[in-house]
Amino acid sequence: MLEFPLWKKLWYWGLTLVIAAAALPSLFSVAGLSWPSALPNPQVSLGLDLAGGSHILLEANEKQVAQQRLENMEESVRGRLKLADPRIGIGDISSANGRLTFMLKDPSQVDAAREQILPLTTGAGLTGQRDWDIAVEDGSRFVLTPTREGLEQAVSNAMDSAIEVVRKRIDALGTREPTIIRQGENRIVVQVPGLDDPTALKNLLGQTAKLEFKMVDETAAPNDVKQGIAPPGDEIVPWADPNAPGSGGVPVLAVKRLGGIKGDQLTDAKQSFDSRNNTPVVSITFDQQGGAKFAKLTSENVNKRFAIILDGKVLSAPAINEPIMGGSAQIQGSFTVQSATQLAIALRSGALPVDLTVVEERTVGPDLGADSIRKGLIAMGVGSGLVVLLMIAVYGRFGIYATIALIFNLMMILGVMAVMGTTLTLPGIAGFVLTIGAAVDANVLIYERMREERKKGRRVIAAVENGYKEASRAIYDANITNFIAGVLLFAFGSGPVRGFAVVLIIGLFTSVFTGVTLTRMWVADWLRKARPTELNV
Amino acid sequence: MRLLKLVPDNTNIKFLRWRVPFYVVSMILIAASWGLIMTKGLNYGVDFAGGQEIEATFTKQAEAPVAALREQVGKLGYGDPVIQRFGAPNEVSIRTKLPESAEGNPGAAEAISKKIIAAIRASNPDVRIESVSTVSGKVSGEFRQTAIYALGAAMLAISIYIWVRFEWQFGVGALFALFHDVSLTLGMFALFQLEFSLQIIAAILAIIGYSLNDTIVVYDRIREDLKKYRKMPLPELLDMSVNETLARTVMTSATLLVALIPLLFFGPESLFGLTAAIVLGIFVGTYSSIYMAAPILIWLGVSGDSFVPTESAIERQERLTRERGSKS
Repeated sequence: MLEFPLWKKLWYWGLTLVIAAAALPSLFSVAGLSWPSALPNPQVSLGLDLAGGSHILLEANEKQVAQQRLENMEESVRGRLKLADPRIGIGDISSANGRLTFMLKDPSQVDAAREQILPLTTGAGLTGQRDWDIAVEDGSRFVLTPTREGLEQAVSNAMDSAIEVVRKRIDALGTREPTIIRQGENRIVVQVPGLDDPTALKNLLGQTAKLEFKMVDETAAPNDVKQGIAPPGDEIVPWADPNAPGSGGVPVLAVKRLGGIKGDQLTDAKQSFDSRNNTPVVSITFDQQGGAKFAKLTSENVNKRFAIILDGKVLSAPAINEPIMGGSAQIQGSFTVQSATQLAIALRSGALPVDLTVVEERTVGPDLGADSIRKGLIAMGVGSGLVVLLMIAVYGRFGIYATIALIFNLMMILGVMAVMGTTLTLPGIAGFVLTIGAAVDANVLIYERMREERKKGRRVIAAVENGYKEASRAIYDANITNFIAGVLLFAFGSGPVRGFAVVLIIGLFTSVFTGVTLTRMWVADWLRKARPTELNV
Repeated sequence: MRLLKLVPDNTNIKFLRWRVPFYVVSMILIAASWGLIMTKGLNYGVDFAGGQEIEATFTKQAEAPVAALREQVGKLGYGDPVIQRFGAPNEVSIRTKLPESAEGNPGAAEAISKKIIAAIRASNPDVRIESVSTVSGKVSGEFRQTAIYALGAAMLAISIYIWVRFEWQFGVGALFALFHDVSLTLGMFALFQLEFSLQIIAAILAIIGYSLNDTIVVYDRIREDLKKYRKMPLPELLDMSVNETLARTVMTSATLLVALIPLLFFGPESLFGLTAAIVLGIFVGTYSSIYMAAPILIWLGVSGDSFVPTESAIERQERLTRERGSKS
């Protein structure tokens, strides 16, 4: 128990000093000193509650993903069956109740139709499960139902590209070191240190930026449109600004549901000014494919109006004076310079595949965090001082060993945090203070046991040995229960609370090492050198 | 050098003599706590209630104008704001509900906080906005649910661990002691209507871990003594174990308290609730490890035989030989 060969001593000291040294760069920066740049520089990162900044939790609308998928499926099915040879006629197509149904005009074409549709459904995920179930009812009614696997896959894909889009948009704002992480199935956490007014950021992320060009149905009866009744094949879209020129005072517009194009194939978008009236507009440039589609749409519909629709709202509905072949266009829509710039950024980064809404938001000003660190350090200093006084008053020389172990313990926790790249949060400071009080408990248990063994008449060496041996059971049990609580705290907690759990958990490991192993090594050294005949404990 | 002794040597306090009255009092306290939680409810912060919380410091005023703020913010029509001081007298948190229409609508929520801040600033130019939090009803509901799961899972997992390491009676005793500690802490939060946030859940989980340390030390000694003094009546043995470990129980709680109490007075205001909960939990936990966790072993029928194998190795050998013989 008290035998420490040289290699063991070197190993323990080496481990202690290396891990403790990893805390030095962080301590240097707290003290405002500069760390030599030639040395490795692991730093404990500060949570937003200490550094100031914005935390935004975005949630994707999964229903919308499902809806979008149905619409895409409808379009593909229509296109494919139309192009089939011989052509397969369908009718009564509906995407209600989350599934796509349609009738075949000629029931004898069931097999041909199935053959056409099958390639549209592919395997989802690793299970090889198809992403759509195809069923035929009553001999001629096709029913396409999305499978759970297919939907999950679609949501997952949508989230992946949403994160990309979010990252591009935040980069366009020029903010420093944002953290963007997926959380759970349909959420994204965005953290931007140092940002204390997240308005622009939120507006940008709240905008889906789905741009569509659809033809206005001039034949729709204005009275029906006003009441929201859409003629067959049309949809009613509200104006973004009901007083926009061209709205004619009617807040909604009837547009043709099909036959429009999407504005997602862009190479560029930027804010500019309309040369005629000098109002802010957004200039867009299509890529080759998008440009061709746009050229086709405009050349087929000269002298008609098309609606420019952003996120389900009409921005403007200009007439097509001539085919636009050059692949670039201007979007008008009662913009300010700021909102046009924002839209340009959003369009450049691509549309979000799904709407994101802010479900949680926390913004901390820069002063609060600095103040918290200062007060936390003072409290930690006073608390440690009192613990040290108490330990030395009660256990004398052994209290000093516990004190040195405590100092190494705190350094090691900080060092481990710096190397692992974990974040120190405000509750994490409380975790440190709690660890200071709890770490010496192992020493208390050992020293009390030594006292007891001595009273029972054991010799000094045997008393020390038994102290360490008999106390270790309770020490390990206690640390394991703390560990269980800490892990659950980490698993269920969010953000700042996790920071608390991290400090507690790391502290459990380091405090067993410093409080039990290191002090045993020091006590053993002392016993050998001083050969005491009495234990003053 | 004479060393300080918080607990004199050779104490012989008859803790267990008063076990019944103490149990009755504790039961009443647990019942009262739950009564308070049911009737008065917990004062949920923005984490659990949802809505919007603005923390503000009035840099040029000694004390935040709480009554005036209540009127200024109340006038805006977002219901009655909850205005609480936290930490220094010139720091307040202002909590308002979000109207249905603003749920998940960043623009609307933003507009509301801007309006509130403008209203405060109009009459208090010295105000400094420290933080703004918006939590939707959905997220706050999830927070409430995961908090309950986390507390339940921690209590159960730890009790199972104690059961595995000791005996089932000790597991039940630990679970009971934990339930006592958590109930009383929650009861205090209901009684004083302190703000109940995610941080408090963290504190309670820490209590669940740390209040059990004392219980484990006592249990460890009880197990040791049970093996040593197999014929001693249980109440007497428990008293002996508790007295033997009393110095440890007091000292470990004392080190935690002297570390944490400065955090209450000098620490950041926003850690006050968390620290207060842990400090409270340490007192309750120390009491429960002596008065809840130990006496319950008498009623659950722990005896000197609990840790002794029912047959000795030699008996086992003989039995196996006998069985083998009868089979052939």
